[in-house]
This record gives sequence, C-alpha cells and structure tokens, in this order.
Amino acid sequence: MEQLKTIGRELAMGSQGGFGQSKEFLDLVKSIGEARSKAEEERIVLHEIETLKRRLAEPDIPKRKMKEYLIRLVYVEMLGHDASFAYIHAVKMTHDDNLVLKRTGYLAVSLFLNDDHDLIILIVNTIQKDLKSDNYLVVCTALNAVCKLINDETVPAVLPQVVELLAHQKEAVRKKAIMALHRFYQKSPSSVSHLVSNFRKRLCDNDPGVMGATLCPLFDLITIDVNTYKDLVVSFVSILKQVAERRLPKTYDYHQLPAPFIQIRLLKILAMLGSGDKQASEKMYTVVSDIFKKCDSTSNIGNAVLYECICCVSAIHLNPKLLDQAAQVISRFLKSDSHNLKYMGIDALGRLIKISPEIAEQHQLAVIDCLEDPDDTLKRKTFELLYKMTKSSNVEVIVDHMISYMISINDNHYKTYIASRCVELAEQFAPSNQWFIQTMNKVFEHAGDLVNVKVAHNLMKLIAEGFGEDDDTADSQLRSSAVESYLRIIVEPKLPSVFLQVICWVLGEYGTADGKYSASYITGKLCDVAEAYSNDETVKAYAVTAIMKIYAFEISAARKVDMLPECQSLVEELSASHSTDLQQRAYELQAVIGIDAHAIESIMPSDASCEDIEIDKNLSFLDGYVQRAIEKGAQPYISENERTGMLNINNFRNQDQPEALSHSLRFEAYELPKPLVPSRVPPAAVASSTELVPVPEPYYARETHQAASLPSVSDAGSTELKLRLDGVQKKWGRPTYSSSASLTSTSGSHKTTNGVTQVDGVSTSNSKGREAYDSRKPSVEISPEKQKLASSLFGGSSRTEKRASSGNHKVSKATEKSHVGKAAGAHSDAVAEKINSEPTPDLLDFSDSAVTSTAPSVDPFQQLEGLLDQTEATSTMNNGAAGASRTPEIMGLYADSAVSGLSSSVANRDEFNLASELSNAARTSQVGVSQLNKGPNPKDSLEKDALVRQMGVNPTSENPNLFKDLLG
Amino acid sequence: MGIRFILMVNKQGQTRLAQYYEHLTLQERRALEAEIVRKCLARNEQQCSFVELRNYKIVYRRYVSLFFLVGVDNDENELAILEFIHLIAETMDRHFGNVCELDIMFHLERAHFMLDEMVLNGCIVETSKTNILAPIQQMDKT
Repeated sequence: MEQLKTIGRELAMGSQGGFGQSKEFLDLVKSIGEARSKAEEERIVLHEIETLKRRLAEPDIPKRKMKEYLIRLVYVEMLGHDASFAYIHAVKMTHDDNLVLKRTGYLAVSLFLNDDHDLIILIVNTIQKDLKSDNYLVVCTALNAVCKLINDETVPAVLPQVVELLAHQKEAVRKKAIMALHRFYQKSPSSVSHLVSNFRKRLCDNDPGVMGATLCPLFDLITIDVNTYKDLVVSFVSILKQVAERRLPKTYDYHQLPAPFIQIRLLKILAMLGSGDKQASEKMYTVVSDIFKKCDSTSNIGNAVLYECICCVSAIHLNPKLLDQAAQVISRFLKSDSHNLKYMGIDALGRLIKISPEIAEQHQLAVIDCLEDPDDTLKRKTFELLYKMTKSSNVEVIVDHMISYMISINDNHYKTYIASRCVELAEQFAPSNQWFIQTMNKVFEHAGDLVNVKVAHNLMKLIAEGFGEDDDTADSQLRSSAVESYLRIIVEPKLPSVFLQVICWVLGEYGTADGKYSASYITGKLCDVAEAYSNDETVKAYAVTAIMKIYAFEISAARKVDMLPECQSLVEELSASHSTDLQQRAYELQAVIGIDAHAIESIMPSDASCEDIEIDKNLSFLDGYVQRAIEKGAQPYISENERTGMLNINNFRNQDQPEALSHSLRFEAYELPKPLVPSRVPPAAVASSTELVPVPEPYYARETHQAASLPSVSDAGSTELKLRLDGVQKKWGRPTYSSSASLTSTSGSHKTTNGVTQVDGVSTSNSKGREAYDSRKPSVEISPEKQKLASSLFGGSSRTEKRASSGNHKVSKATEKSHVGKAAGAHSDAVAEKINSEPTPDLLDFSDSAVTSTAPSVDPFQQLEGLLDQTEATSTMNNGAAGASRTPEIMGLYADSAVSGLSSSVANRDEFNLASELSNAARTSQVGVSQLNKGPNPKDSLEKDALVRQMGVNPTSENPNLFKDLLG
Repeated sequence: MGIRFILMVNKQGQTRLAQYYEHLTLQERRALEAEIVRKCLARNEQQCSFVELRNYKIVYRRYVSLFFLVGVDNDENELAILEFIHLIAETMDRHFGNVCELDIMFHLERAHFMLDEMVLNGCIVETSKTNILAPIQQMDKT
C-alpha cells in the first residue's frame, strides 16, 4: 500500500511537469493545508524551520533541491516566522545561470529583504550583469528585481543600463525599464529628474503595454506638478479615444470592455489636468461623454469606468451635459441592489454635491437607506457624504446621527475621526449655544480621551469669552447652562480625563457666579471628583485650583468661608503629594484662604480668565539685582546661542541638507534632533481642508424663509479644527438666532412634509414640490421616521429651487430645457425631459410630444438620427434603454399623477422598456455562457482531484473546499 | 502608490500568499493579516466588498474557499480593484486550468511570478493575460 502511494506520487510529480517537488515539500504543503488551528500551523512551521536548518547545513545541495528549500523558506516567512538564517542562500541563488532558479532566487530575496538590507549590496553586481544579458527574459527578471530591491543609494549603479534598456527591441523589456525608472523616481526623484522626458517619449510607444505602464509614472509626476504636463492633454485624450474605440489588441479586453484599466488611469490623469482649467477641460468633454455612452453598465468593470468618469466630471471644469450623464449613472448606482454599487454611488454623490448641491435631493431615501444599513462600510461612506452636505439647517440631525454611531462602535481610530468631525461641524454650524454645549458634552463623554486636547481648551475659552460683545445676559445664561449640565454629568462614573478638566475649570470659574449654587455645594462636588479620580493628577490639579477659585470669590464677595472637612483633608493629602505641582497648588490654596479680600481681588479677580496678563519676558525688574551682582564681581550671563555656537552649525547643516539627499553615502554625523514643533494638527483637519469645499449657496440665502436670519453658510469656509472665535462672535451673537427660533423653523418643515395638505406659509411653488414628494408615498412604502429624517436632512435644500427645477427636482436638466416654456407646467416639462434625457427617442415619444400642444422645439432630424442609431448599433440601444428605464421611474416617483394623458404613455413606454430589457438580458446571457465555458470543467476537476489524491494529499473534513475550483 | 499589498487567505484565515509593496516587518505583517482576517472574513455576501481600515482600504473577493484581499490607497477606484482581483483569478485559471487553493500552494513561486508581471511599484502595469503569462510559459520551455 505504502509503495503504491509512493508510485502514485512519483507519477503525479511527473505529470506536473517535473518540478521535482519532493515528498518533504508535498507533506509540508499538505500539513499546512490541513492545519486546523493557528497553533497547529505554528507547530508545523517551527518544526519545518528545524528541518530546513539541518538540510541547509548539509554539503553539496543540488540546485533543484535548493530551490525547493527557498520556497519552503518563503512559506516560513509568509506564516509569520523569521527565516533570516537562510537569506544568504536566496542571495546565492540569484547568481545561478538557470532562469527558473535565478528568478526564484530574486523572488525569495525580494520577499525576504527590504531594500536597505545589508545583503542587497551583494546582489547589485548580479543585477548589473543580468541587465546585460542577451536573453530578454533574464533582463526582465533583473528589471523586476530592480523594481523591488534598488534603493536611493544603489540607483546610480544600475541607472545607465536601465536607461539604455528603454530602447530595447522587446516591448516587455521597455515596459519594465519604464517601471524601474518609476521606482527610482519614487525612491529618489532627484536621481532621475533629468530623465523625465523619457516618460513622455514612451507614452507614444508602439506597444500598448509600454504605453499603459508609462501612465503610472506620468500619473505621479502630474500629481506633483500639473502645469508642466498641460501640453499632454491632447495626447491623453487621443489615447483614451483610441482605447474606447477598440483600437487596442483584443487581449487587453476585459469582459468585453477595451482595456478598462488603462481607461481608468487615463481618466484619473485627465481629472487632474482638467481641474480648474477650462481650456483643458473642453478638450475632454467629447471623449468622456462618449465613454459614458459606450460603457456597459451591466458589468462591474463597466461601472468602474463609469465611476471614474464621474470623478473626472466632478474634477474638471463644469459641463452641464456631462453632469447630467454623471447624475444618471449615480441614480442607477443608488437604485441598485448591490451594496458595492450603492457605495460607489454614495461616493460619487459626495463628489458631485460640491458642484451641484441639488443633486442629493432626488436620492434622499437611498441615502437614508445607506445610512441605516448595518454594513459599516456603507454607513461610514454615507457619513462622509452627510459631512459634505452639512449646513445650519440640518446640522442637528447629522451630528446626532454621527454621535449615536460614534457611541456604538469600538474602533478607536474611526471613533477619533468621527468625533473630530462632530466637533468641526458643531463649531461651524451650531444653531444655538445650548445645543453646542450639549453636543460637545456628548462628544467628550463618549470619546473624550480620543479628542484633541485643543478642542477642550477651545470649549473653555468659548464659555469664558461668550459670544456677544454687549450681550452679557446671553453669556451668563450660557455659563449657567454649562454649569448646570456639568453638575448633572459629574456624578456619572468613569468620565474621560479631558472632559473632567473642562468640568472642573468651568465649575471653578462659574460654579457660583449666578448665585444658584452655594460655594460649599460646588466645592463638595469638586472634592468628590478629586477623590473619585485620585490617580489622575491633572484632574486633581484642575479640581484643587477650581476649589481655590471658589473660595477666593467667596472671600472677595465678603462672605464667610467655611472649608468643608473633606476639602480640608484633600488639601492636607495633596500638600504631602509626590507631585510638586499638586503640592504647590495645595499650599497656594491654603495661603489664599488666609489673606484679606482686597488682596484676593487683585490676585484672583472673578471672571478674568480672558484678560491678558502682561509678562515681562526680559525680566527687566531684575535689572537692579543683576547690576549689583555684577558689581560684586559675578560673571555676566552669556546667552545660550553664544555659549554653544549652535546657530552657525545649524545653518551650515541646513545648507548641506539637499546634497545629503542626493545619492551618496553620508560620512558626517547626523544633525541633532530638532525640538518638535508643538503644532499638532489632527489628521482630520488636514484632510477636511481639501475635502470640504465651501459651497457658496446664494439660493438658500435668497429663497429660504429661514435662511434670511441665518448667518451666511459660506463663511464656514475654513475648516480648521480650532474654534475661530473672531468669526464666531458675529455668527452666534445675534439675538435673532436664539435656540427657540431655530426650533420652530425646523418643526415647521417637519409638518409640511408629514402632513399632506398643510402648506403653512410656504409659497405655492413649494407646495407643489410637496405634492410631488407625497405622491410617491403609495408606490414606495416609506416609514414616517424615514421621511422625517429625509426632510430634516434635505429639508433645507428641498425648500429651495422648486421654481427653477420644475416638477421633478432635476435641476441640472433645467438648464438644458430653457427653450421649453415654463408656463406649460409639469406635463410638458416632463415630456421634454424625456426627450432630452435620451439620445434615442422612440416612436412613442415622438407622438407624445406631437400631442402636447406646447410641443417643444426638438429637432426632428436629431430624432431620426436617434432611430437610425437604434437599428444600427445595439450598444447604443442598450444605453438608451438604460436611460429610458430610468425615466419612467422618476415619473412615477415625482410627477403629478393627475396628468392622465401622460400616464398612458408611461405604460406604453414600460412595454418598450421590457422589450429592450429583453435584448439586454439576451446579451447578458450570452456573456454568461461565454463565462461558463471558461468556468469549471467537471472533467478537469475530477482529474485534478484524482491526481491530488494520488499524491496522498486527501481533503479532510476540516477543509473540504481546498479542492474546489476558484472560479466555480 | 495605489496597491499596498495583495493577500490570499483561506476561509480559516490562513495566509496562502502575501505580497507587500511597502516594507513591513514580520511582526507588522502578522498583526495586519490578523486584523484583516478578523474584519473581512466575517462579512456576508450582501455587504460591500470594501472595508476601510486606518488610512487605506481593503477590497476583497471570495472564491470558494479562498479570499483575495488587496489593500489600496484611499483614492483608488474600488470597483476596478475588485475586477482586477478577478483578472488575477482568471489569469491563474488560464495557467493552471481550474485553479484551486492547492495549485497556489504547490506553485507559490508561479503565483508570485504572475503577480510580478501584473503589478510593479504598487501600480497595475499589465492586464493582458497573454502578456502576463508569456514569460512564464517561455521560462518553462527553457
């Protein structure tokens, strides 16, 4: 039996092309494959390490054998164990003449070693030799190694050869040479700065593979410096056009789409080149629009290209037609059942919303669905979108959602991120002080230790400075509400340290200010805090100082001070503390209590935290003392710079810096570490400054009845995390902007959306919008909560724009339809809409527009062309069908159902859609068939299974799928 | 940079192939792979094939017992990466003929050779299956 098995194995090895895999190797793979737990896998690998150490110590190991050992070592490292004892063998194998062995050697080295490893220097010579080889496969292998192993110091050793290879006759070599240059550029841009022109040259390479590879370095170069490459716009556009027109070899097709990965990279490049450049953008419009039409929207890859088109459209100079096409794709994404497409749709919406804020409206419910989805990925993406569309009217809802999500998750990284977003939004758009403080409390309570300390300081500063110059009552109201909320929160267990610091400070400063709470009550609470968090010295320090302040205010108000017993014991305890800071505070407290009211008022004035304290940095008041000391023969003070001469050396080093960067070994010692600049900007702030493009919203300001009293949203442009208190004062100081005003206005908008007939004070055009909104209720069942959420999220924007956007919210369309009389109403608007939205109108549509008396001036020839298109090219028809199938949906959702004449045409159109969808289906089924052919072939699988069984690697119950085909 | 790493992990969470395009120490790799396995393998079919992790994203796709996971920068087109994974699978399928987990285990170096043809410096450089497989087939002839 045992013999049979061995024979079987040998046979199996023979049939596998004689790779000479030994029993040891097969057993290793088998045991790893069948390992039931991490611990078992660990044991196997540790055993394997011992075996390999033994084997490698044997003399005269055959090369084939060595290759196998290397692969086993790759396994060892892959499974998380150190194989450094055998690195040298991998290095040795790169010297071999046999290509397979050489390549395996290079592979093992590049998997084992980082490019700064000491052993790399032993390989550079081999690489140099291999780059000169006559066999292009050896050259390719060496270039692959160059891409992984060469660092900035070794670049000069291979650079000349790589440059030479750019003109190699084999396209595979040219392609890899380009990528090697790309690698040099990544590692040390200065080393190849004089060679950048090569990338431009290779863009025109005859071979599409070389051209495609060249796009990678060009992408990087353009990211850094757009302006130098503006001249290439024409080239990129023409390449993209050729790719889209299937001029590339068939082998680049992926799922019937011509070279989609190249298309995507080109679109990315165009997006950068066209950003903020009208002239460049205009050159791109046609090709992008063509791709919109040509892309197969039924496949993933087609949608990937379409998504990239949207990114491009949102980056380049605005074009209404493209925007329209992008909006159509987005709505298809969002309506899809696939979570992946929804995710892409939400992302794309976030990009487009910057240039066309109205676009979100028609997708309200889709967005809310995504927000409430249990899938975290989708949820977070939606928060990203909400963050981008936040304004004063919906900030409360959005921040509330963010906070409740923040509370629900454990992922600290994201928690920190979303907390900083909440703070940022609250600081920018807070509708009232009360709300702001409450929101900050919640953030601190649940993510306090993750929030930047600066935010806490800003909050204290805000409470101290107040908002209005003259409005003292509002300020004191704010303070008392803060005090009250803190007294409520303080009893809760395990509050974050930062939050406690804020609480202590505010209580000390303002706890007794309005006379509502007695000094003993507040000090009692503060003592409790100091006791409960006795191992947090910072909190204790804040608490003690707060107690001191309270007593000081009492004394200066000429009230009798009775120190609480627990307070006394706290002070006694702290005056013996190990922390000198706490000791000092405790002694200060004792000293302050002992002095008279007059003195206290000058050292501890009430509510003076914002007053400037003059500091004499030169210590001029000590001049007399210094003078006397010098007269007595003391040494004069020498400044630090003069003492060490550091300044000069620093300057010298700085000049030296750029040279040190360029490839040469450094021989002098590294310069001393400079003190860190303490301006730690949180990552979110950096990101947001680019993400949140301030959207100037003249519409809202003019047309919203509420907006008139709101501060202009656009002054929220800067999104730095710190509070901009200069701007804030104006923003929040207005008496009109009290919390009650904003409350009524939001409740008003709730009513209008929930009730069917209530119009309350909104203009007539608005009520029309509401009707349209309501009319879709029967078709899609939407819970009232969701509607409420929708109205509070999108309410601000849906109230605007009604007149301009006609019956159905499509504002972007409105620009195109200016030739249609607005007086014709929703009906003709909708018809015109249909005609405009499809490149290929059908007969029905034609008759439709003929029936309407207000026939819009549509070019009949254009429509004829459309008809021809339909019969000629199926691809365009599919496209049209996609457009058409979308239209009725919109009509059903948004159009006034009272227009009966239209409804019949809708029904007809549905039939047409069915037909076209059938053809679509036929097409997809074809695709399916062709893929089936490629898929699992039962005979093959059986054979393989039998083969593997022969080898003695039997599937066990733990891992039955080991043998199933991947593409099954 | 684009692609930061390509991983193949079976559904028990055992690594079957790992290719990193930036340097990580052995410990960092272990920690990263453990975290990815924890986050991605528990997800169901309906959920997105994308997972955001720290400052990058993971796009993954499951083939019977094997997960292909690709870590990409945040500005990468997720859907395209998802299809790139499929391209990898198709390419391996063409080479091995009905590729399965064992093929990759027995021919780890070949799987790596294919990836080396497709991705360099973290960028997708070749997407034509013919071009990807040509050097490997020629290598066999020699």
